[in-house]
Amino acid sequence: MVRVPKAPSFVGPGAIDVALEVNGEAVTVHVPPHRTLLDTLRETLGLTGAKRVCDEGTCGACTVLIDGKPAYSCMTLAVACADRRVETVEGLSTDGLHPVQQAFIDHDAYQCGFCTPGQIMSCVGLLRQNASPDTEDVLRAVSGNLCRCGAYPNIVAAALAAAKKTKR
Amino acid sequence: MSIKVVRTKSEFEGTISEETALVEGTDLRSWADDAGLTIVGKRHPRIDGIARVTGRAMFTQDLYLPGMLHVRMLRSPYPRARVRKIDARRAEALPGVRGVLHRSNAPKAAFRGEETIFRDEVRFVGDEVAAVAADTEEIAAEAVRLIDVEYEVLPFVADLEEAMAEGATKLADAGNVSDSGKHDRGDVKRAFAESKVVVEAIYRTSTQLHNSLETHGAVARWDGGELTVWESTQHVFGVRAGIQAALKIPYKDIRVLCDYMGGGFGSKGGAGKYTIVAAIFARQLGKPVRCFLTRDEENLAAGNRSATYQTVKIGAKGKKIHAIEHLSWSNAGQGRWVADPTGPTNGLYDIANVRSRSYKVLTSLGALASFRAPGYVEGTFALDQAIDELALQLGEDPLALRRSHAKQTTDPVTGLRYSLKRLLRCYDIGEKEIGWHRRKPEGARGSAPYRRRGYGMASQLWGGSGLPPAYATVHLNPDGTAVLRCGTQDIGTGTRTVLAQLVAEELGLEVDAVRVELGDTNSQYAPISAGSLTVASVGPAVRLAAKDARCQLLEAASGLLEMGTSELRVQHGQIIGQGHRTSIGEVLGQVENFTVIGKGSRFPNPEGLSLKTFGAHFAQVEVDVRTGEIFVEHVVAVHDIGRVINPLLATSQVEGGIIQGLGFVLSEERIVDRPTGHVVNGNLEGYKIPTVRDIPRMTVRFTEDADVKANNIGAKGLGEPPIIPLPAAIANAVANAIGVRIRTAPITRQRVLEALSLQ
Repeated sequence: MVRVPKAPSFVGPGAIDVALEVNGEAVTVHVPPHRTLLDTLRETLGLTGAKRVCDEGTCGACTVLIDGKPAYSCMTLAVACADRRVETVEGLSTDGLHPVQQAFIDHDAYQCGFCTPGQIMSCVGLLRQNASPDTEDVLRAVSGNLCRCGAYPNIVAAALAAAKKTKR
Repeated sequence: MSIKVVRTKSEFEGTISEETALVEGTDLRSWADDAGLTIVGKRHPRIDGIARVTGRAMFTQDLYLPGMLHVRMLRSPYPRARVRKIDARRAEALPGVRGVLHRSNAPKAAFRGEETIFRDEVRFVGDEVAAVAADTEEIAAEAVRLIDVEYEVLPFVADLEEAMAEGATKLADAGNVSDSGKHDRGDVKRAFAESKVVVEAIYRTSTQLHNSLETHGAVARWDGGELTVWESTQHVFGVRAGIQAALKIPYKDIRVLCDYMGGGFGSKGGAGKYTIVAAIFARQLGKPVRCFLTRDEENLAAGNRSATYQTVKIGAKGKKIHAIEHLSWSNAGQGRWVADPTGPTNGLYDIANVRSRSYKVLTSLGALASFRAPGYVEGTFALDQAIDELALQLGEDPLALRRSHAKQTTDPVTGLRYSLKRLLRCYDIGEKEIGWHRRKPEGARGSAPYRRRGYGMASQLWGGSGLPPAYATVHLNPDGTAVLRCGTQDIGTGTRTVLAQLVAEELGLEVDAVRVELGDTNSQYAPISAGSLTVASVGPAVRLAAKDARCQLLEAASGLLEMGTSELRVQHGQIIGQGHRTSIGEVLGQVENFTVIGKGSRFPNPEGLSLKTFGAHFAQVEVDVRTGEIFVEHVVAVHDIGRVINPLLATSQVEGGIIQGLGFVLSEERIVDRPTGHVVNGNLEGYKIPTVRDIPRMTVRFTEDADVKANNIGAKGLGEPPIIPLPAAIANAVANAIGVRIRTAPITRQRVLEALSLQ
């Protein structure tokens, strides 16, 4: 018997409804297919923690977690996030500060603070995958997050301190 | 309190000016070193930390108002052209487009010495030609592409040295080169004739792009005749003045706000064209309007650190520097000024015979903007390398040579005594921390046969004295908490936290009991957050406001507790008298709701003294002679900035300065395609700012004496000093490592390999 491939189900070409989970809540957004996840979070959902800095995947200020892993939301289309789990910096502190957030405060791991949400999400993503990272792991995790003020040493120190605390 | 008029000399980014300001009351003496302070001088995490780590901190970019329109600009694709005709009909017809502004229909709006926002002659790639307001940014961007413009392309010059050359295309009637600064001391001609050793060299530095992570931008809203502008800025009052000049609206109808801002580094000093355009659209269309630059636009039209071409000639008689001549040409782009790279040459070292000239060079590129210690970074790169080159010729240790020229206690430029100078102490600490004794004049073998190790150092001189006017108000609430209101900004330096510490210390509160409200022109004036002047300008006014509140509180407490005011003091939120402790809330709670309001102003700097910061950076590097790669292993930074209010935040500032300096000296270079005048790397991919992997071990030290003569908090500025000596220190370390000097920044691998191959 010849297997007939199932025709793909097309949607669009205009805006469509996309169901996704954002910070633990099910949401449906009506977005055109070219709308990025970053713009959807910021403009449609009012979650402005993720920042638009380069808008082309070179700076990491828009980093969020998708299914638990760090991703550049400026390089991710909202339609590609259907049925996926998106976490932003706003979702970290529902029950007091996340250890990474507290460590950023304690270690002064920011100056202007514009890259901070992205840095934090990269660090949280790392700790989810690796509960006891060493310095090299941290460097790899945040090497895609630019900071123009030069808070780097404190960011690394904060990530390592948070890891220690989480493990305990 | 009575108001007095004061006149004072103030320094801002190397320029000294006369200021007239109003002050109230009387000033305090600075806390002494042994004043027993419990909050000032202590590490304290930022009071706005939670807002910053939760994403709740609202930056201007995060403001989305209901019904808001979005603006995108059409920018010139030519470095110089006459705009002959603009036809915006296709753009206007696009659904969602609400308005198009260009030279033919925009209202007159004076902007930085010109009469209009949209020039007839565009003068660099990226110059504003038209603006579109639309329902979404996407529509605005699409509409920009539908504007038809007829350009008459004109001759241009897009390179500093090309613009300086004979026969270059003239961009102004008077020519491209104009005088910008000069200093003469002693007799340089005779001194060079008397010098036994003379070294002369050319140094070049590249255009550095600020790349603040939050691009320049504003949101404007007209509300029944009142204009509110949210702007990512270092100076809300400067933005207000810019709007008033452009739109002729009285101050009472303009409110400028900046709560959190994502970096400026000097480039966000006042209203931009985007501000004025947003305000015009908001008025015309009756809706809030947002205008933010994209990353590419940011790197074309929002400022840069001038590239420089510098010559330094330096001569020695015996082991003494006898004469120096420093000539410098800075690429202003289309800017109206340039910073002065010869400032350090004029004032840093004890040299009797000095001649310096600084020139501004026009090119067909975007205007410069102040960039963290403008001029001084570039100038120190040349000066402190020249000193090392001379030391090599003299067979002297470069640190020893500097030591013997760092002893004077008077400012050689003004002849005034320094309020405090601890440069020698900086050298002592740095020498020890870096292990200077390991430096060999010929460099040393590194950690592998193909790696060479070297050491280098350089010094910094900066103003950082702060200046009037600056004002502050402290509201002490009946529950014992306080709100500080001040028109300054926190640009990431930690201003909010430092000011809260000053209030808490002086008023006798815990830091947590103080809220700080900044960045609002509806409060009192404070200067631009630039020139390393915030803490030293605003801090003394804040302390006086807190003191005024404390005195009033004690008067009230005296009446309520029936004790003399002299028997009472306030500490940690408690009023203490006759062995009893009562909380402020309990005392003020005894009367009907009452708010104590303390006011403070910044008094002038002391007469007849020169207030400067000093410091030195030491670097240990390794260079891979096969690849040209430079590995910065250790940087020691020692600074003399008077009292350190918060060592945690001060250390962050210094590390940030080192890191930005590393970018300047190792990787950052705007590249312009000369035949077209286009910037080819105006983004964060092609323009290399340091990443987390580029960070060396850093040791940060302060000399820690309060400058008690400077102002009532004994502090000077720290924003800029830590970037100044870093590039020269690295360049000197590289030269020590490989035995060949690279006089062009950034010192890329290519430049290292070229230098080695010519050896």
